[in-house]
Amino acid sequence: MSLKIVVLAKQVPDTRCVGKDAMNADGTINRSALPAIFNPEDLNALEQALRLKDAHPGSTVTMLTMGPGRAAEIIREGLYRGADNGCLLTDRAFAGADTLATSYALATAIRKIGEYDIIVGGRQAIDGDTAQVGPQVAEKLGLPQITYVEEIQEVKDGRIRVKRHIDGGVETVEGPLPIVLTVNGSAAPCRPRNAKLVQKYKRAMGAQEKAALTAECNPHALKEIPYAYLYEQRPYLNITEWSVADVNGDTKQCGLSGSPTKVKKIENIIFQAKESKTITGSDADVENLIVELLANHTIG
Amino acid sequence: MNNVFVYCEMEGTHVADVSLELLTKGRKLANELGCQLEAICAGSDLTDVEKQVLPYGVDRVHVFDAPGLFPYTSLPHSSILVNLFKQEKPQICLMGATVIGRDLGPRVSSALTSGLTADCTQLEIGSHEDKKAGITYENLLYQIRPAFGGNIVATIINPEHRPQMATVREGVMKKEILDENYQGEVIRHDVAKFVPETDYVVKVIDRHVEKAKHNLKGAPIVIAGGYGMGSKEGFDMLFELAKELHAEVGASRAAVDAGFCDHDRQIGQTGVTVHPKLYIACGISGQIQHIAGMQDAGIIISVNNDENAPINAIADYVINGTVEEVIPKMIKYYKKNSK
Repeated sequence: MSLKIVVLAKQVPDTRCVGKDAMNADGTINRSALPAIFNPEDLNALEQALRLKDAHPGSTVTMLTMGPGRAAEIIREGLYRGADNGCLLTDRAFAGADTLATSYALATAIRKIGEYDIIVGGRQAIDGDTAQVGPQVAEKLGLPQITYVEEIQEVKDGRIRVKRHIDGGVETVEGPLPIVLTVNGSAAPCRPRNAKLVQKYKRAMGAQEKAALTAECNPHALKEIPYAYLYEQRPYLNITEWSVADVNGDTKQCGLSGSPTKVKKIENIIFQAKESKTITGSDADVENLIVELLANHTIG
Repeated sequence: MNNVFVYCEMEGTHVADVSLELLTKGRKLANELGCQLEAICAGSDLTDVEKQVLPYGVDRVHVFDAPGLFPYTSLPHSSILVNLFKQEKPQICLMGATVIGRDLGPRVSSALTSGLTADCTQLEIGSHEDKKAGITYENLLYQIRPAFGGNIVATIINPEHRPQMATVREGVMKKEILDENYQGEVIRHDVAKFVPETDYVVKVIDRHVEKAKHNLKGAPIVIAGGYGMGSKEGFDMLFELAKELHAEVGASRAAVDAGFCDHDRQIGQTGVTVHPKLYIACGISGQIQHIAGMQDAGIIISVNNDENAPINAIADYVINGTVEEVIPKMIKYYKKNSK
């Protein structure tokens, strides 16, 4: 059977390579100092989707992301690896969303996509580490969910069987389609970009990206969009952008106003310095420390 | 109404440690708020399960005992919580930041449109003034957690929505029996009234749970390696030192992500929290998420060639040198002096 698969993916700041300039003097985050990347576990999810497409000819993989115009990069990265299409949910009204408002927005977009058998995303994003959006999307759509997926083993007769990770072990579970899955980082890594697909889609852009190319405020602004004629000849190069209105969303349930959680306080990290003893790695220093720890029964 | 609820996770007929830790914390929060503590146990063959939870100061235990409720699947447990909370209107709900809690919590919070904060490292009661709206909220749950890759600590509140939901990792709170003979009410619910038959659609067909390969949580000495260990082979050195010292080996997230060490040995906010008497941090810079999982250690030794590594600020001893140089010397001089 051919499957309709939706991949949920997020563009995140790479919190793993935070440098000294990552924080502003006032304690806020200097986002420009952090590279924006494809959330790692969403790549594992994409791979599971592409494997299903390989195993079930005629299947389609649709990328869905939410973010500013530049998050169209996520859709392109999906297209480069074998996704068929994608759409970017982008609107100022989505800004400031917590997980609940995010899942509301994603659920409205999935309803607009309309046909889906499997919705799959990473277990969690590295900027928040909450693991909440997958289950919340499932609840909003009234679908069952399987989280912490290691591997999709089989899809047959309207049912899916997966291996999943649980605390201290593994489980094999089976559920009906349609279903929402979240995939662990320990699942198979994502395949690299395919050179032919990169050639095909490298000029794919969303409307906001195109506008930014020629915007007056851009110091490197171009007079016109390069190869502008291509976008009419090859409609697949236009990355779909949806606003709140496009997905018939209720702005009250989106963004900051749709978020029950509020951030009361943000503190920059300052460690309370202890009185510490600094020694070198010389033989004498290390031996003295070991002897001291043995003498006060910390070790031995 | 308006009580503190703890969802108790069941492994077979046994209440998980993390849930008992949260009952202890929940009792303290309930005392501060002047309300009652209630527990939810959902599983199969739960005769006498109340005996495991009442001693932690639970005023009411809600037992849901039916064949399909163990092993855990998302939908039936969600329905239990959602329907029970619609009746009982709790102000706070706590659950473990385990695979189960992180599967269940978001689903329930979505259904009730309540806020949920994952992996909290501290929970406190406090007030909040919304200057724009001119409203002051009293007795809110401060849900405190590191965020943004551990570069900040955020205090999250849910002023308008109930219950205020939070998940907490195992080992972050301390479990403490309040009174062996604490008297609480036991309510055995009719599961069918809470869970429609259609919820039992996901089937667990095979399940392997192994006893943990290590006892990192309870180890008196922990030797932890970070990205600075450089490789899986670098960790072999730590295992060798651990064998000598009868210690357990842990790792920072960066080392786990780089594949130097198994995921189940990760120490920190999204891993295991440890309370050893001695903690030796090797090649660990010390992001707050890591610190959150080991700051209660008695003595902290940091081995690092970067003098400015953040972890040095909380270390009792800083050994300024490369791990390749220092660890073999520690092994050598321990062997020499311990006999």
